[in-house]
Amino acid sequence: MSALLEVSGVSVTFDGFRAINNLSFSIGAAELRAIIGPNGAGKTTFMDIVTGKTRPDKGRVLWGERSQSLLSFNEAQIARMGVGRKFQRPTVFEDQSVSDNLMMALKARRGPFSVLWWRPAQEHRDKVAALAAEVGLSEQLARKAGELSHGQKQWLEIGMLLAQEPRLLLVDEPAAGMTLAEREHTTKLLVELAKTRAVVVVEHDMEFVRRLNCKVTVLHEGSVLAEGSLDHVTKNPDVIEVYLGR
Amino acid sequence: MSRTFLAKNPSVLWFLLILSAFTLGVTLLSDAFGLDIVSTSFVKTLGKTLCLCLVALAMDLIWGYAGILSLGHMAFFAIGGYMIGMWLMYARTAEIVAGAMASEALPATAEELRNAIASQIFGVVGGSDLPLIWSFAHSFWVQLLLVVLVPGLLALIFGWLAFRSRVTGVYLSILTQAMTLALALYLFQNDSGLRGNNGLSGLQNIPGLADVSQADLSIWFFWASALALGLGYVLVAWVASGKFGSVIRAIRDDEQRVRFLGYSVEGYKLFVFTLTAIIAAIAGALYYPQAGIINPAELAPIASIYLAVWVAIGGRGRLYGAVIGAAFVSLLSSWFTGGRAPSVNLGFYTINWVDWWLILLGLAFVMVTLFAPKGMGGLFDLLTKIASPDRKGAPLGPDDGALMEKEAQK
Ligand SMILES: Nc1ncnc2c1ncn2[C@@H]1O[C@H](COP(=O)(O)OP(=O)(O)O)[C@@H](O)[C@H]1O
Ligand SMILES: [Mg+2]
Repeated sequence: MSALLEVSGVSVTFDGFRAINNLSFSIGAAELRAIIGPNGAGKTTFMDIVTGKTRPDKGRVLWGERSQSLLSFNEAQIARMGVGRKFQRPTVFEDQSVSDNLMMALKARRGPFSVLWWRPAQEHRDKVAALAAEVGLSEQLARKAGELSHGQKQWLEIGMLLAQEPRLLLVDEPAAGMTLAEREHTTKLLVELAKTRAVVVVEHDMEFVRRLNCKVTVLHEGSVLAEGSLDHVTKNPDVIEVYLGR
Repeated sequence: MSRTFLAKNPSVLWFLLILSAFTLGVTLLSDAFGLDIVSTSFVKTLGKTLCLCLVALAMDLIWGYAGILSLGHMAFFAIGGYMIGMWLMYARTAEIVAGAMASEALPATAEELRNAIASQIFGVVGGSDLPLIWSFAHSFWVQLLLVVLVPGLLALIFGWLAFRSRVTGVYLSILTQAMTLALALYLFQNDSGLRGNNGLSGLQNIPGLADVSQADLSIWFFWASALALGLGYVLVAWVASGKFGSVIRAIRDDEQRVRFLGYSVEGYKLFVFTLTAIIAAIAGALYYPQAGIINPAELAPIASIYLAVWVAIGGRGRLYGAVIGAAFVSLLSSWFTGGRAPSVNLGFYTINWVDWWLILLGLAFVMVTLFAPKGMGGLFDLLTKIASPDRKGAPLGPDDGALMEKEAQK
């Protein structure tokens, strides 16, 4: 199976501080992967690199069947190529209604001129309704996103991600601030999504990762410390030291 | 322009109704229609005010909706005025020169005519040749096209350079101030080809309409300004509604997030910047024939700051707010600075409004920003009882242009 995303030998330095150090990572077209690691390990920075927000000092980031380098594209272009991203803090457009938020995310042409003339058709309204149902926000469609609870904002953001129909989903700490029931719903959804696309979940809650039941990559000080099943990596003495030592 | 657009934006219909009623009322009371309750000079003031409302709409689109605090839009307004002013001055001078030469024994050649016009116009700056930029001044249609093209192109180039390097927030505002200052300084030079600090004058005399009275002309321009404002309102409301409006408001509140949705933020900013520059230029092209004169002082950086103050006082992020702010503050301003406001004698000191108006305006601006960020437009919420979400005063997004909670509207 060829990889959808292949990151190799990537390094990033912030003012002399190596946040990412010779990192290599790859994921298949329909795969679920969890990335764990202590705070400051470089998990968010890794996502920044893949989505074009941060340029690495060296290394390669290759995408898709044709192994295109992502490094020459900007954030918007990479998003249009099929990389979706969910942020650590829920970021939705609070001044706008839930349905406007979803409408904006819906896969469609993104240029100013096409957007100017674009008007929602019945099919788009149906899609938005279906997405809202999927993330449990059917009742909230007309409300402003700013009025939603923290958990509901997380869901709205997930709904917006789904609306984009990405081939690769990068999810940064989705379970933060969610109730137990919401966490279970999230796990199910992520496992389901990974059947048809690549999903990378960053999380430091071990219980959540266990429920995902997938291959785990352990990040530490900007590079991969261990990779494999959760049981495998938690037996690794280096991992134990990073998590329990000091 | 479907029925749903008006249904979703009831304020557009209300605005057009009120504007029509106002236009009709002023027309019936004007000198041109015999009543002369509204004087010709006041009709001109009202017509100019409508043009200022139009440029305020543009400002609201770029600042209130897209979150870009441009402090250079009055430069585009003035350039629009210069472009139409060139034709007005050239064609009018041509008429006069032709009239004067007609009495001579030999009919003047085209060459002689051209030279005579040039020395008429440029005598004040010691020139007698027509500068290259006046090549099309004889053609109304070309100059009309330039009203749109020159500011549009300038905005496109400036915006492309600024947005491409991701200049945002206060740095962008400073850059736009620098742009308008640079243009003003350039125009102040005598060899700029636009008569230096003399500017263009006599613009109230419309070529070919010498025997139409100023009373009639003033009401025609008033109508044209009202029409432009009405069309501008519909256009801006249409742009700001629907998905495009969603995207630019999203850019205002959190542009990084918009990028990750796949929208090219720079492209949208450039689009809005250029569109609003063109609207400003059209407003200027209608304003200066009513003002009669334009000079480089019109591009002073402070003019664009006033524009932002009007929109802030009227209430940014809603179109009728911008119109109300521009109309109210600019009319009040011309009343105070026109020396018509009675001085207040405090015994030990006399408050002379010509000097104190600016301070009053500054104070009003600070008060509005602090205590009523929704501006005068917010009064309408009291009428319709719109409640905003309670976010404990936090801004609605991480960006500089993001609306503060108190400004957010339904
Ligand atoms: N823009 C930045 N400038 C400077 N340092 C940064 C920047 N982004 C991240 N870092 C540093 O890089 C390290 C990795 O950060 P991050 O990727 O956010 O970690 P994680 O998400 O794994 O907790 C941290 O030490 C952080 O302080
Ligand atoms: Mg992080």
